[in-house]
Amino acid sequence: MATTHIAGQRRQELVAGYSFVGPALLILLIFLFIPMFFTLWMSFRDWGGISPPANSTPIGLEWYQKLLFEDNIRRSEFFLAFKNTFYYAVGVVPIQTALALLLAVIANSALLRFKGFFRTTFYFPSITSSVAIGLIFLWIYQSGGILNQTIKFFFPDYKNISWMNDPSGLIHNTLGLFGLNIRTAPSWLTETNVLSLTLWQWISGPSVTMSALMMLVIWTTAGTMMLVFLAALQDVPRPMYEAAAVDGATGWDQFWNITVPMLRPTIFFVVTLGLIGTFQVFDQMYVMTSGGPAGTTISLAYLIYRAGFKDAQMGMASAISVLLFIIIFVATLIQRRVFGDRAQT
Amino acid sequence: MAERVETLNMPKRRTGGAPQWVDALLTLLRYIILFGFAILFIAPFIFAIANSFKTAPQIASAPLTLIPNPFTLENYRKLTQGAANVPLWTLNSIIFAVSVTLARVFLCSLAGYALARIHFPGRNFIFLAVLATMMIPGVVLLIPRFIILKQLGLLATYPGGILPIVVDAFGIFLMKQFFESVPGEIEEAARIDGATPFQIFSRVALPMATAPLIALSILAFQGTWNELQHFLIALGPTARDLWPLTLGLATLRGAGVGQQLDFGLFLAGSLLMTLPMALVFIVFQRYFVESSSHAAVKG
Repeated sequence: MATTHIAGQRRQELVAGYSFVGPALLILLIFLFIPMFFTLWMSFRDWGGISPPANSTPIGLEWYQKLLFEDNIRRSEFFLAFKNTFYYAVGVVPIQTALALLLAVIANSALLRFKGFFRTTFYFPSITSSVAIGLIFLWIYQSGGILNQTIKFFFPDYKNISWMNDPSGLIHNTLGLFGLNIRTAPSWLTETNVLSLTLWQWISGPSVTMSALMMLVIWTTAGTMMLVFLAALQDVPRPMYEAAAVDGATGWDQFWNITVPMLRPTIFFVVTLGLIGTFQVFDQMYVMTSGGPAGTTISLAYLIYRAGFKDAQMGMASAISVLLFIIIFVATLIQRRVFGDRAQT
Repeated sequence: MAERVETLNMPKRRTGGAPQWVDALLTLLRYIILFGFAILFIAPFIFAIANSFKTAPQIASAPLTLIPNPFTLENYRKLTQGAANVPLWTLNSIIFAVSVTLARVFLCSLAGYALARIHFPGRNFIFLAVLATMMIPGVVLLIPRFIILKQLGLLATYPGGILPIVVDAFGIFLMKQFFESVPGEIEEAARIDGATPFQIFSRVALPMATAPLIALSILAFQGTWNELQHFLIALGPTARDLWPLTLGLATLRGAGVGQQLDFGLFLAGSLLMTLPMALVFIVFQRYFVESSSHAAVKG
């Protein structure tokens, strides 16, 4: 009697468990798990997106061969997008993390008033859609727009920058101040071809337009990350600061010797999220630049979209997706090395 | 902890507290920095609002003026004319956001509850699989999702826009964590009284979960309302009648490449799109703060 009761309960739990989890699992299976493997499969095939996918031609590793190993237009486009995305991520992640940490530390002061006001204003941009922000900034960034007008107000000699239409790279421009440009650069820089881009192209830095997008994204996300840091700061015991202050440690010492070590796991978390997010950047390009000017804002995600849906090269777009997946994976591994190891000592 | 405090003894620059005027100066500096950034974060919206009520020549000649003269609603009127079908796109945004939110809250809490409370074989494996999906970068799924929606005949349909984003691994995770954190005695009592598992879930467990349910709803609503990429793929460039606001306005910009853009129209549209989120934000502010770490994933 008792055993059948337990068996009955087991069966009921089994049925209930699977019928509760089932619907969610089915959706994840169809729209997340299967697509993952589908991407891999499709990256070995040639398909234009119109005929049934089963009719696509298997071509083995040809896309990878073309994207990585053959000197051609596809490889130069892929590495151009890689370069753009890399500069974007390397610019955005440290600045947004540092800015968020700075704001959080300042706003965390016990005696500070208007805390709620600051929290609300700093966070507000993060709840707004990237499309709305993109369109508003497209207007702000026009050459006669309010950004240029404001700068001009403070610096009357300022010459308008066409933020949305300037393909020149920041590092190129900086080198240009010292007289080094494409005409004066030594030939080993301008003629050495690495992965279908010249060394000179590789060291361009983000273009002015890409930098404008980077500023916008930092502006949007810093508030969110600030809230994450603010929450973590609540867990740093105040007596630590008091003890340090008694011992004569300045605010600067306290920041580097207490705040940063205590927040290391949070910094790790924020940087990881930042990297994963920045390597997938797409909306800003779609809304604001369409990859221009001169291809300097084509990100890897935008290249996937363009290859798949504009150029009808679903196979190649899938191969780029797989490569992007690997790039994100490697980037997070590298940053784990940088932050993770030190967190343990 | 103790050793850490020990190492702090090393830098001995000043003994005793700083003079009072230094403290006062530092506090002033803090306020200057914070107010400076507050202006930086809010100014674009203020200028956008002011300019959305100006005429096109005014926007071009005096964008920095905060009071529109003459005041006009023309930009908002234009949202209903020509290629812009903002009333319909707003309705679509509401349809998508509300259906995704309701379905996600239901499915995620159901799954999260089962993973936390019901003992069945394979439970741990399923939970790990769900967690694993959180590591997949969304952009990698663009192409295959298009193919699958095409195969299912769901391209450019409402279900095709809704279904792929209806379940979110983080939502399941959030609900599972919550149900594990509350004691299960009442549920046990209900079970002994003969309630079915679904009755226990819907009548006993769910009513306790108001806080995580609100957080999950906000995340779902905000995410769907602001989503662009998924709708671009699932609805496509021609199904104008199904577009949500994000896709509609973004595509309207794309159509105008090379010509002078009508910024009054875009400012009005952007603000209209922001308004519902701003209201939700004001009402549910503290839940936003709790769920912010997840929102940080989106750049």
